[in-house]
Amino acid sequence: MKQTLKNIFFLGVKELRGLARDYMLVALIVYAFSLGIYVTGNSTNDTITNAAIAVVDEDNTQLSKRIADAFFPPMFRRAEIIKLNEIDPAMDEGKYTFVLVIPAGFEEDVLAGREPVIQLNTDATRMSQAFSGAGYIQQIVEREINIFENKGRIPKVAVNNVVRNRYNANLTQSWFKAVMQLVNNITMLAIILTGAALIRERENGTLEHLLVMPVTPFEIMFSKVWSMLLVVLAASAVSLVVVIMQMLKVPVNGSFTLFFIGVALHLFAVTSLGIFLACVAQNMPQLGMLLILVLLPMQMLSGGSTPMESMPHWVQVVMQAAPTTHFVELCQAILFRGAGIGVVWLPFTALFIIGCVLFVFSLGRFRKSVAQ
Amino acid sequence: MKNPAGVSPVPVVKLEHITFKYGKVTALDDFSLEVKKGLLVGLIGPDGVGKSTMLSLVTGARAMQESGSITVLGGDMRDKEHREKVCPKIAYMPQGLGKNLYFTLTVEENLQFFGKLFGHDAAERRRRIDHLTRSTGLYNFLDRPAGKLSGGMKQKLGLCCSLIHDPDLLILDEPTTGVDPLARRQFWDLVDSVRAAQPEMTVIVATAYMDEAQRFQWLIAMDEGRILDTGTPEELLAKTSSSNLDEAFIKLLPPSRREGHKTLTVPPLSNDGEEKIAIEATGLTKKFGSFTAVDHVSFRIREGEIFGFLGSNGCGKTTTMRMLTGLMTPSEGSAELFGKPIDAENMDTRLKLGYMTQLFSLYNELTIRQNLMLYARLYRIAESEVNPRVDEMLNRFGLVPYADDTPQSLPLGIKQRLSLAAAVIHRPQILILDEPTSGVDPVARDVFWELIIELSRRDKVTIFITTHFMNEAERCDRISLMHAGRSLACDTPANLVAERKAPTLEAAFIGYLEDADPASKEKITLEPVSAEDTAEEEKKKGLFTRIAESNNRNFSIQRLFCCCWREYLELMRDPIRATLAIFGALLLMLVMGFGISMDVEDLSFAVLDRDGSALSTNYALNIAGSRYFIEKPPIKNYDDLEKRLRSGELSLAIEIPPEFGKDVDAGRSPEVAFWIDGAMPSRAETVNGYVKSLHNQWLKERNEEHSHLKNQGKVKSATVETRYRYNPDVKSLPAMVPAVIPILLMMIPAILAALAVVREKEMGSIINLYVTPLTRSEFMIGKQLPYVLFSMLSALMLVTMSVTIFDVPVKGSLLTLLLALVLYSMCSTGIGLLASSVTRSQIAVIFMTMLGTMLPAVQFCGMIDPVTSQEGAGRIIGTLYPTTYMLLISRGVFNKALGFSDLHLQLLALAVTVPVVIWGGIMFLKKQEK
Repeated sequence: MKQTLKNIFFLGVKELRGLARDYMLVALIVYAFSLGIYVTGNSTNDTITNAAIAVVDEDNTQLSKRIADAFFPPMFRRAEIIKLNEIDPAMDEGKYTFVLVIPAGFEEDVLAGREPVIQLNTDATRMSQAFSGAGYIQQIVEREINIFENKGRIPKVAVNNVVRNRYNANLTQSWFKAVMQLVNNITMLAIILTGAALIRERENGTLEHLLVMPVTPFEIMFSKVWSMLLVVLAASAVSLVVVIMQMLKVPVNGSFTLFFIGVALHLFAVTSLGIFLACVAQNMPQLGMLLILVLLPMQMLSGGSTPMESMPHWVQVVMQAAPTTHFVELCQAILFRGAGIGVVWLPFTALFIIGCVLFVFSLGRFRKSVAQ
Repeated sequence: MKNPAGVSPVPVVKLEHITFKYGKVTALDDFSLEVKKGLLVGLIGPDGVGKSTMLSLVTGARAMQESGSITVLGGDMRDKEHREKVCPKIAYMPQGLGKNLYFTLTVEENLQFFGKLFGHDAAERRRRIDHLTRSTGLYNFLDRPAGKLSGGMKQKLGLCCSLIHDPDLLILDEPTTGVDPLARRQFWDLVDSVRAAQPEMTVIVATAYMDEAQRFQWLIAMDEGRILDTGTPEELLAKTSSSNLDEAFIKLLPPSRREGHKTLTVPPLSNDGEEKIAIEATGLTKKFGSFTAVDHVSFRIREGEIFGFLGSNGCGKTTTMRMLTGLMTPSEGSAELFGKPIDAENMDTRLKLGYMTQLFSLYNELTIRQNLMLYARLYRIAESEVNPRVDEMLNRFGLVPYADDTPQSLPLGIKQRLSLAAAVIHRPQILILDEPTSGVDPVARDVFWELIIELSRRDKVTIFITTHFMNEAERCDRISLMHAGRSLACDTPANLVAERKAPTLEAAFIGYLEDADPASKEKITLEPVSAEDTAEEEKKKGLFTRIAESNNRNFSIQRLFCCCWREYLELMRDPIRATLAIFGALLLMLVMGFGISMDVEDLSFAVLDRDGSALSTNYALNIAGSRYFIEKPPIKNYDDLEKRLRSGELSLAIEIPPEFGKDVDAGRSPEVAFWIDGAMPSRAETVNGYVKSLHNQWLKERNEEHSHLKNQGKVKSATVETRYRYNPDVKSLPAMVPAVIPILLMMIPAILAALAVVREKEMGSIINLYVTPLTRSEFMIGKQLPYVLFSMLSALMLVTMSVTIFDVPVKGSLLTLLLALVLYSMCSTGIGLLASSVTRSQIAVIFMTMLGTMLPAVQFCGMIDPVTSQEGAGRIIGTLYPTTYMLLISRGVFNKALGFSDLHLQLLALAVTVPVVIWGGIMFLKKQEK
């Protein structure tokens, strides 16, 4: 037992020393956890920012001008006035996401109570803006008409609704994006580092040599897990505190201890996954392909890019097997909502189980993959 | 000095005052040399004295440093034009088995590749390949992959590839290292016959085998980056009054280097006491499918015996050793160590065993001391003992001066000693050594054997060793001759020689091999070409040489296609990778097409109804009735609200104030509060939109019901009718599918192509770029084409899939889409190749390509958020990255029914990116090694 711990420790130290000498890799790690996250956090905006809008004003009255004038940054760009026949080419080109068409005689119809129709053309290929943007435009138009009808006063309604966004009052996208980028980089790095290091060691013959020594595959694998876990954990801690909290000014609510326990559990699962992939792939190019096949869906469907509940049921079920799903869940809960262990014990357990399954499975394949 | 008749006095190769350093280490120190035409020149000396550096400088494979000048075939090698002009006249076989070959390609394909590179036409290539392979015995193996040839055959093939373009200067760097004696003899016969057929050719050979040096016409003895002496073998022998070259070389060394060297004697194995058997194998057999690697091999090895295992490459020696170490389980038969069957899981057996592999298995990233410390600890040496033991090993194996260096910077001889030190650090009782002395110079080999003999005779360690050196075999107590998995003979060296009545052990060995494989007896000669043929050949040769020369400097389409063809073959030889690439794309498309959805539905919400009136219930029902929301049990109080939002159970909580019903009726406009979980802003945004419209809906309905309540005012005076263009149902699928295609076609082709150059760098075949007329652009574009083809194939499949399975039709111009996809494929494969030419290791390139494609393509290029609403660096990346434009084209053609005239600007953007990316890749690639 003591010998096992010793072996795991010394083999892990060897991994760390090896990594420290690969300057290119170190540089890439530093980039991934600093600039890589900063750029993402700094460039993404609220869902509706600077949305391009144009107005076709066929009415040309006080009301129609009022409406055309009602769009302001940061949500919208100032509306451009275009002609009816310009709509199609401009939208085809993707120049505007929204084009509002105010028909002739609009003001007159409103005053006469004839409930005229304003047409809003939306470029539905821009999914993220199309839907909520259309909602905002509708509200803005209605408000302007109401104010116009009430001669400049805001009218009274039966019930007012007040919206309070918890945990991110202004719905600042960059908070979410930066944290999700951290999540993605943690996953990517841990898998590549362990998987590729294992294949390299196999190609160099050192792995074979280890298996002739009084060292068990368990010790070899676990040493890789803990050493890479330590590297990525340290990198993500620095990244969270310096890049995300200091530079990007993202307020983090939850407990650090709990979060890093979660990161460690996730790393255990993904480093095991890396080892597993390396046991399956026969050479580096194959590993490269496998990485994409695994990483891309794990990243896109984890609930970090689009909400989990809107995916088809079978995808939700399948994604329960992916560590990223649980990790994204616990990151959101801890970092934004300040949740405690009472809430996140479930994803913690799930990560632990996934990690164990992958680890045990790779253990079974390990010796075989070396001796082939 | 011999000077064959008709040889011009102008030197073929002239080096003046060359100094070359690797960092602080000086490889060549003010080195000057002249080599005359038509000679067979031998370069002898220990490892790490600068032989390989010198040869690679002469071929132009390595870039010269500042000092000195090199003239080869009448021109300055610093001059790029001259290098390009002479490179077809120089042939170079680098050190290492088959370093210039492509292992997944067959013998024929390797030869075809080199033939094409030098501009021969099909008929000429056929003639030359047949001629060369017939005379080297490779003719029957034309269809065999080069990687599956034995070491000797690999070297012969390497030589054939070098000879295919009739070079004037042939440079061979340790061509027979790691090759068995029979194959070595055949190799030199081949070289002799080549020289007989082409007396004009100059051959320079570096070798560690002194017995081979005897064949050479002129020898250069080197040490520590300088020339010790030059002359014919006879002259050197006479000068040093030695009987053989081994001895002569050692005498040429300065006294300080000679120190400690003595002629080795092996004390006889003591026969006292009872015989204890250390290793016993009975009918050991290993089969891989239908191939039998080891075929019923049996032996018994006494404790303290040195047992030699000899045989050609690939005869099953390594497999036997791996079975003895427990790395492999025998298919049949058994092996015992000290009377106990080998059990892979038994740690005690492993503690008794020391193992040294062909690859030396050292950690290049650790220093020598760190390597030894690691091994000591893994071998369970008590912590207090670790340092003394490591020091003892450093002293005993002469490693003290190198203790803090990493192995990769050290010559082979030192690595080998370190490897042995690591194998014996735990004082094993059995030592298994797999070709420990391959490629190591004579002095270092003798030092190594001294250690082996000491271990065996003093410490009673049983030694099981494989070797190609006959003088080493003679030092073994007993040897076993292996061939094709079977043991041909097993006895003491003296008995074997006596039995064959052979003059030497080498002759005896070759005799056994020839008996076992009669085909190998055939004498190898390069058939002399008849007079007619010669005339014909001269004519052709002249023609082709001219073509080759005229093509030489400029871009050659033929060489480009040749590269392309070779890359294509390599891709096809790894079917797993190709399959993953094609079906991976389809699988990802399925998963992501169905999985990624912007429609936000089934949002969970709950109500904190503090009023409880009919009206408040009605208000809540309005929301619960929507298809977007699912109602959860009501919220009890603020704490409950807080807790359930925090746990993520609720996306939305609605608080209806007390007196809500009364206030509404009284016209006091009460406020309903919506608490939205903002952790995921895009989802919160959608929830926001939903609740607002539901709220208005409710107001409107209520207004209609209570139209008498005039004081409420109109809710709506006009209707905004939203038309969702291009995707009327606002479904995710039609929006996502055209977006997923560009993402997949960025990542997969990039990662496929990314390993193309780096792998050649790691495997060594990049040398062919350095020493053949191949230009960087031919090399890169040639490599790129198969991947573009591949990418187009998966693009077509993806488009078909979106039309058939996803039911997302191509509304616009298919031709425009395809044109864009071709350009885009060039971009993505180009990005992969760019990463490949910048990096050196496979891990780094995978990582870099992932970071460089996945992040920008998914985040910044408008898949989810349009580029126009990005800011800062993301905006810049989004504007420059090709995926942005492909996305616009893809969505334009799929969703908006656009054609060429609408999308020509985006196409132009792609078309501009292609040459930029390709040019970048070419610029970062070097035509010479540093």
